[in-house]
Amino acid sequence: MATADAPSARAAKVVEGRHLRWVENRPAAGWLPRLDAAELWAYRELALVFAAKDLRVRYKQTFLGVAWALLQPLVAALLFTVVFGRLAGLRADLPYVVFAYAGMVVWLQFSSSLTTAAESLVGNRDLVTKVYFPRLLAPLAALVPPLVDLALGLVVLGIFLAGYGVFGGLAVLLAPAWVVLGCIAALGAGLGLSALNVRYRDVRHVLPFLLQIWFFATPIAYPSSLVEGGWRYVYAINPMAGVVDGFRWSVAGGVAPGAEVAISAVVAFASLLVGFLYFRHVERSFADVI
Amino acid sequence: MPNAIEIRDLGKKYRLGAGAGSYVTLRETLATALRRRPERTEIWALHDVDLTVGEGEAVGLIGLNGAGKSTLLKILARITQPTTGVARMRGRIGALLEVGTGFHPELTGRENIFLNGAILGMRRREIEQRLDEIVEFAGVARFLETPLKRFSSGMYLRLAFAVAAHLDPDVLVVDEVLAVGDVQFRERCLGAMSGLGRDGRTVIFVSHDLGSVARVCPRTVWLHGGGVAADGPSHDVIESYVREAVPRVAHAEFTPEPGGRVDLLSTAIVDDAGQPLTSPRRDEPFTVRVRFRINEHVAGLNVALVLQSRDGVRVVDEDWGEDTGGTIVPRRVPEEWEACMTVPPVLPARDYVVHVWIAGRVGGAYDFLVDRDALAFSLLPRSDDPAEAIERRRVVQPGVRWTVAPAGARQERR
Repeated sequence: MATADAPSARAAKVVEGRHLRWVENRPAAGWLPRLDAAELWAYRELALVFAAKDLRVRYKQTFLGVAWALLQPLVAALLFTVVFGRLAGLRADLPYVVFAYAGMVVWLQFSSSLTTAAESLVGNRDLVTKVYFPRLLAPLAALVPPLVDLALGLVVLGIFLAGYGVFGGLAVLLAPAWVVLGCIAALGAGLGLSALNVRYRDVRHVLPFLLQIWFFATPIAYPSSLVEGGWRYVYAINPMAGVVDGFRWSVAGGVAPGAEVAISAVVAFASLLVGFLYFRHVERSFADVI
Repeated sequence: MPNAIEIRDLGKKYRLGAGAGSYVTLRETLATALRRRPERTEIWALHDVDLTVGEGEAVGLIGLNGAGKSTLLKILARITQPTTGVARMRGRIGALLEVGTGFHPELTGRENIFLNGAILGMRRREIEQRLDEIVEFAGVARFLETPLKRFSSGMYLRLAFAVAAHLDPDVLVVDEVLAVGDVQFRERCLGAMSGLGRDGRTVIFVSHDLGSVARVCPRTVWLHGGGVAADGPSHDVIESYVREAVPRVAHAEFTPEPGGRVDLLSTAIVDDAGQPLTSPRRDEPFTVRVRFRINEHVAGLNVALVLQSRDGVRVVDEDWGEDTGGTIVPRRVPEEWEACMTVPPVLPARDYVVHVWIAGRVGGAYDFLVDRDALAFSLLPRSDDPAEAIERRRVVQPGVRWTVAPAGARQERR
């Protein structure tokens, strides 16, 4: 009989007196609900599945496909080279096109992580209201696709470095650390904005402006040496200032970033903590409000 | 029998009205913060619910719209938190609250199986092990590499249910999702759900199709106004539900819920002239008339009317719209529409519940905009019908013609 074949095939598996875990759903006590780390770990594959879905969907039915990931930073870097390098005559301690491209690949990784994370709950409204999963996974998964883009961008960067004969030497070993710091900054802001987005859709309109301001507050098209004196410390409050300077120095050499990088790192970690706490605090009401 | 679900004093409060229940813009929040506090209505979608379900039990959940069924399911599935009390479930919980959640139209059937499985909490290895079973159960083997957007709504549903049924849950929570499937597949799903119970898995099944509930679930809980109105053997509970819960009137008006894309305005039993028929008789045709307002353009609108008898048999189940070659396209929005379905005099005299659903079709999946038991009515016997001592279990009573005589009598008469 066709009707019950599938489930009853498992009948043998059902053992008397199975030790099953009780799962509870009760009103959360206190300001911050306890984080079920074991459960988060049990769901780890879901984060990768979310990420894989994003990657697949992104380039389906596009003509250029993955080439988009390469074109975006390349076109931006060439544009900056013409506008800032040639027309405005900005001088950097590296060949300008290498300077701009190295900055652009890490910046794009950060900004697209942040944008995807901020939309990760609202964009998956159906899932949030119809399926249970640890909500933290949605913004976490948003970090993965931009890392893939970054990996592709690094190949092009390698070609640039070889072509212009510049290299960071041993400092290149530090490059992953800068990327991780960028991820932490993106996750911190992404957690906060994704949760805020659930209640206030203003986030969607504010974010492009925010990123535009953020971009100009980051040494991508211009060197941070333009910022002088005590202002350097104010400037470093932007975690991406440290990340971009540090990454560029690691891969292409030039002037090593100063002690103000510590400020960038502290701010990045602080933003992760704040974003995480806020997310966890409002998480319980996501399905009711979204 | 050990318990699988324990619910104590469960309550869920929602806020309605200004600035609550849904997202707002920052401006609204700032504006209301500067003025006095906004007026808020609080409603208890669920209150004081106590329920214990044993391992391997299959329990049906019935009730009118707004009775708290969906809220209870969402709490069981841990999508939302209760305001008071506690719900405890033993083991892994699988929930199928809507068809197609966790599917992506651009991905292929196979990719979607993995995506959906992961969302429901399966590991990649488990899915791989069950892939063949899932594909076979859903009957989509040929379309495994086809993007989901090319799937029909039936295929969508089959795939969704197949994944959920093979999730190996200890507690399976299923909302009204089988309405769109073809009969054959619905049978398989109902069979699968009954099978889960036999394996010691617990099933909570919400459906407007009272017959399906009665078949799958020996026990039924009737929710009314957020509380448990009755809990017991399915046939008893379903019968009292049909008798008491649904207003027995020829004409029912509804207050639209705010934000609906399509609002059901009224449902009525009328005669040919459109006049309310307070006492329809079985030898006259009657018309079920629904009025609804389309507030937004919705693709692929369908309106369906279902007549169910008290024991849950779907006697009439007809729809009009995209799927049957008709179109419901408003000239402007909002616009009020009227759909009339005339039933010829073939139904036996008894009580019927009219269920209305209106759905748009998005891609392959239905998007239910209206889905409710609207009214109940009694179809009266013909004046010359003999009084019936026993209730007959017939489904139709067409005007049959009898010729009864000793065999061969007809030829003799010639």
